[in-house]
Amino acid sequence: MPERTAAARRPARLVPFLLLLALVAGCSPERYPQTALLPLSDYARIGDHVQDQTFYWALGVFVLVEGALLYAIFRFRGRPDDPEPPQIHGNTTIEIIWTLIPALILAAIAVPTVKGIFETNASPTGDVLKIEVIGHQWWWEFRYPDLNVTTANELHVPVGRTVELLQNSADVVHSFWPPRFAGKRDVFPGRQTRIWFKADSAGLFPGQCAEFCGIQHARMAFQVRASSPAEYDAWAAHMRTLGPKPAAAAPRGDSVKTASAGGTVQGPKVPAQGPQAKADSATPSSQDPEYAKGEQLFKMKGCIGCHSLQAVDAPKGMIGPNLATVGSRAYIAAGWLRNTDENLEHWIREPQTVKKGVLMPNLGVTAEEAKALRAYLRAHQ
Amino acid sequence: MATTVLDQHRVHAAHEEKTGLWSWITTVDHKRIGVLYGATAFFFFLLGGLEALLIRIQLAKPDNNFLSPEAYNQLFTMHGTSMIFLAVMPLSAMFFNYMIPLLIGARDVAFPRLNAFSYWVFLLGGLFLNAGFLFGAAPDQGWYGYANLTSRQFSPGANVDFWNMGLQVLGVSSLAAAVNFFVTVINMRAKGMTMMRMPMFVWMSFITQVLLLLAFPVLAVALILLMFDRFFGTNFFVPAGGGDPLLWQHFFWIFGHPEVYILVLPSFGIVSEVLPVFSRKPLFGYAAMVFSGVFIAFLGFGVWAHHMFATGMGPFADTFFSLATMLIAIPTGVKIFNWLGTMWGGSIQYKTPMYFSIGFIAMFIIGGLSGVMHASPPADTQQNDTYFIVAHFHYVLFGGSIFALTSGAYYWWPKMFGRLLDERLGKLHFWLMLIGFNLTFFPMHFVGLNGMPRRTWTYPAELGFETLNQLETAGAFVLFLAFSVFLVNIFKTWRGPRNAPADPWNGATLEWAIPSPPPEWNFAEAPVVQGRDPLWETKRERGGRLPEPSPGTGAGIHIPNPSYWPLITAVGVAAIFAAIMLSHKTGPWGIIVAVSILFLGVFNWVFEKGYSEFTTPAHGGH
Repeated sequence: MPERTAAARRPARLVPFLLLLALVAGCSPERYPQTALLPLSDYARIGDHVQDQTFYWALGVFVLVEGALLYAIFRFRGRPDDPEPPQIHGNTTIEIIWTLIPALILAAIAVPTVKGIFETNASPTGDVLKIEVIGHQWWWEFRYPDLNVTTANELHVPVGRTVELLQNSADVVHSFWPPRFAGKRDVFPGRQTRIWFKADSAGLFPGQCAEFCGIQHARMAFQVRASSPAEYDAWAAHMRTLGPKPAAAAPRGDSVKTASAGGTVQGPKVPAQGPQAKADSATPSSQDPEYAKGEQLFKMKGCIGCHSLQAVDAPKGMIGPNLATVGSRAYIAAGWLRNTDENLEHWIREPQTVKKGVLMPNLGVTAEEAKALRAYLRAHQ
Repeated sequence: MATTVLDQHRVHAAHEEKTGLWSWITTVDHKRIGVLYGATAFFFFLLGGLEALLIRIQLAKPDNNFLSPEAYNQLFTMHGTSMIFLAVMPLSAMFFNYMIPLLIGARDVAFPRLNAFSYWVFLLGGLFLNAGFLFGAAPDQGWYGYANLTSRQFSPGANVDFWNMGLQVLGVSSLAAAVNFFVTVINMRAKGMTMMRMPMFVWMSFITQVLLLLAFPVLAVALILLMFDRFFGTNFFVPAGGGDPLLWQHFFWIFGHPEVYILVLPSFGIVSEVLPVFSRKPLFGYAAMVFSGVFIAFLGFGVWAHHMFATGMGPFADTFFSLATMLIAIPTGVKIFNWLGTMWGGSIQYKTPMYFSIGFIAMFIIGGLSGVMHASPPADTQQNDTYFIVAHFHYVLFGGSIFALTSGAYYWWPKMFGRLLDERLGKLHFWLMLIGFNLTFFPMHFVGLNGMPRRTWTYPAELGFETLNQLETAGAFVLFLAFSVFLVNIFKTWRGPRNAPADPWNGATLEWAIPSPPPEWNFAEAPVVQGRDPLWETKRERGGRLPEPSPGTGAGIHIPNPSYWPLITAVGVAAIFAAIMLSHKTGPWGIIVAVSILFLGVFNWVFEKGYSEFTTPAHGGH
């Protein structure tokens, strides 16, 4: 190959390529928990497969065309006093060939593409778990209609079962993107969009909003917690206890913890009642004196106006995320801040410092009050 | 046609050199307007570059607080909007203005005062867009302004209005200029220059004007609807009122995708001029180059929804827009192969313009190939809105357009200013730009596919994006250095002597037949063209290089009179949009005053004497 001899004569010119190789080696997707290159679901594999095929064609074309360019650069170097080169205006045969070859390559890419389009757009069949995804500035609400439970910023899915996400927005356009499991699907107000996937590995995987949605678009993340069917069932059973009473045992809205303020946002569904007995999960910590103080503060400081603490029968249209399981979530403030005691207290005291522009105002919570609120919320596992 | 507006009563004794600020304010000379476009656009380009540098500093570290999220959102919005509307488009317009009349052997554009009007409107629109910075309310909703984030409810400030009104003003400028250049190319070509003998830059520019004429009205409509939503309580894009944010996306990309070709076709044209001259061979496959350009422009209107694969349009729309997008790779490939064919077998002279044109080809190939990768919806939904896309379009618009425009600057600088830019600094500029560009944007492919979304003011450390982002920031500083070298080169050349001959590169086209810089009337005698490379043909006929041409005295050549009414009219246009923004304070009076200024300008423009005395109808080809 002529271009190889040209390159070999100038070994210095290989340096950029070696650097490039080093760069590629340093970019192995294992280092990136949010990578789109290591799919963990059937749906994501469809796209990954198409992308791989397109990439190899592109790489081949890249090597050939840039190679030809490099060859021309060195081979046809002229001097000012060289005679005029042959004045060639074109060559119909060659031009037809280099029009047809790209067309054939594109046809080769188009086949898996169209196949992939129809596969990803097919409606999932069989035992499908439906989950409602609601985008909010700047957090994610996940509602499980079959379980009648709601959570926020942590999507729980069982491994090996197809989940179908039915998406809506409470305010502006967002885009739901769990890269390990699926590509993006935009989330609109007043229009439902869908996406589905069947996770094939357990673990906690990050994702985030991918459509610019205002000042804290960067801080609108979430986690997907994929777990074995048994673990998922255990989680679902636990979630169903996080209400006033297990939902199956009591009529909806019959007795609701924190109902007095919850009623103001929920409307007629929840009767205004005094505080009731705590939910089971909160009980172990309820002996803690900080807990009782935190419970008071949660109402006094107005937290209760925007946040619900019940997973079952949770009211719709809340401004802030559901906090029924906030104590056990890996992250707070919409999926990016580690849920440590320190971070949680800071977040409660100075939300406008931690996440500027967030809809939660600084409420003048003292360090001591923040400790109590933290203890109260931590008990909501 | 321009020649019908004549003032027979004034005698213009001699065309003395015009200097001073007033001569620039009232100029209707396409060359001076070209210089104004270039200087203004280069200023906005540097501003957009500084915005990018601040963005890169913020992203060098995870959880960085160098910029607040508001500042970051304003900077990325203004960077994108400025680079598209205030840098790349008007830098192309600089070459339309200065070069199209010279390349087609004309003495000016068809409508010289409309040309001045376009420039002033562009300047005012650019200032309008940036005025938000003065009030701490620069646009912050992204250059594509997706509804319904732009509604009053979610964007109560004036940020969106500076963007909306600024773009409407700029749209007026683009449309006026497009009409002007369309007519200029159709009507003002030298004798013998048939359409299929036009220089490729003129062809690509001509196609660009058609795209502008068809695409900008769509943007204007969308912006006006948004203006109605924000100021007059309509609900075109407000879901609570029955509107649909998705409608905005269709409007925007029906404009937005042809806009991509508006940004890159002039660059195709520049490269198609530079490569043959420095390969000393005619452009390979001229007809294929013309028709592939036309085909790209045509297809450009049928692919807009490939920006919207993530919205979930369903399998049939996805398939249509995916396949239409892939088709564009064919004419684009033809162009790249023809450029290679032009170099092949040539005697390549490595001057700075050639470096940048070859750099353009090498970088544009990468941008084109990543473009094919996201023509495929199942793959694109992972790539969309990540840094992979940021990498892609910078390879097309920076690696493509900016490299080509820089090539054009080095190529035509001697013609425009009578001075050759320094070759050593030029090559240093090239290498720094090539290295800096790749260091900045190549890692974005990886960081994007590995999960980094666009338009995020920061990222958490644990996602692992830091190393690559640091490389990218380092690259941005190398780019900063590259353009500093360019500025030094410009400054050095400015101070140096007028050293450029009429034809420093052994050019093939008509502009090299006249002095550098050209006299106000361009051609002392109207040229006659017999082929595609008219100057090469003349040189061959006469057996070698031509003697330095004489500019002539200009006696007997009629040229348009200077006028300040285009500026007044432009002020009226900008004032109308400012008045709408302030209407809640001024009531209807602001708008009445603004419209009065506009009418004053138009009225005096119409009844002004357009041309000075002439003795022979030497203007206007045919």
